[in-house]
Amino acid sequence: MLLRAGDAGVLFAGTGLVITLALYAWSGDRGDTAIIRSAGQIVETASLTHVQRFAINGPLGTTQVEIEPGRARVARDPSPRQLCVKQGWLTQSGQAALCLPNQVSVEIRGRTTAYDTLGY
Amino acid sequence: MTHSVIELPVHADDRRIARLAALAIGLTLAEAALPSPVPGIKPGLANIVVLLVLLQYGWRAAAWVSGLRVLASGLLLGSLFAPGFWLSAAGAVTSLGVLALARHLPSHYFGPISLSVLAAFGHIGGQLALAGAWLLPGIALIKLMPVFAAAALVFGAVNGVIVARFLVSSGLEKTIQQKT
Repeated sequence: MLLRAGDAGVLFAGTGLVITLALYAWSGDRGDTAIIRSAGQIVETASLTHVQRFAINGPLGTTQVEIEPGRARVARDPSPRQLCVKQGWLTQSGQAALCLPNQVSVEIRGRTTAYDTLGY
Repeated sequence: MTHSVIELPVHADDRRIARLAALAIGLTLAEAALPSPVPGIKPGLANIVVLLVLLQYGWRAAAWVSGLRVLASGLLLGSLFAPGFWLSAAGAVTSLGVLALARHLPSHYFGPISLSVLAAFGHIGGQLALAGAWLLPGIALIKLMPVFAAAALVFGAVNGVIVARFLVSSGLEKTIQQKT
């Protein structure tokens, strides 16, 4: 009676955990750089390694961009519909958040880029 | 001049814990000589001793053996109070915490293999949490997490099988079942 019913369950759950972790950590292309643009010009290029905050000035006011290990987001923006803020955290290469009225954008870049260029 | 003698009585329990801790320390030292592809991935043979102590003498004794092992192997390997020591301590504390809960699982269904795997996951979880918060905040650890978890699963299962076989071959299994 070496392997009991619960043991098999624990091993099964453990295998599931390992697979979930592998899918989470290795799937897709997790970006490593955030490119912040203002009025089409690159104003900051930040690597997603440590916590950073940027305040970017645009025509409407100040857009705050927050960088954390492995992800980036627009934390605050003066635009009326808050679309880029509602997008939340960006992690994958190629994802972008646009704050159109304030002309600020955050784009994530990884080792490979999904598109050569994106037009808005 | 006052002449006072402080005497610390040594019980049989203390001797037993010291003996078992010495065994765990020996296994840790032997294991430190093994080359490892990724730092932190080790078989964790000392956990076999901790698990046997837990099953035979209860959680307190296991906590003593585990704590003494971490402290003494830190002294002997020259890593006392270095980052590696704290990672080891964090792993030991988390794994003991997991075992404190897991040992209440019905032993009819959950044998030493379950305990060993859960403790191994606790160990690696504690280490990764401390490393992520203190040493390597960032994305690098996330990529390594599946490797550590897979190692915990495999080595935890192997250690659990060793414990289960040892209990059967030494005839301890029956005495443990009578106790619980």
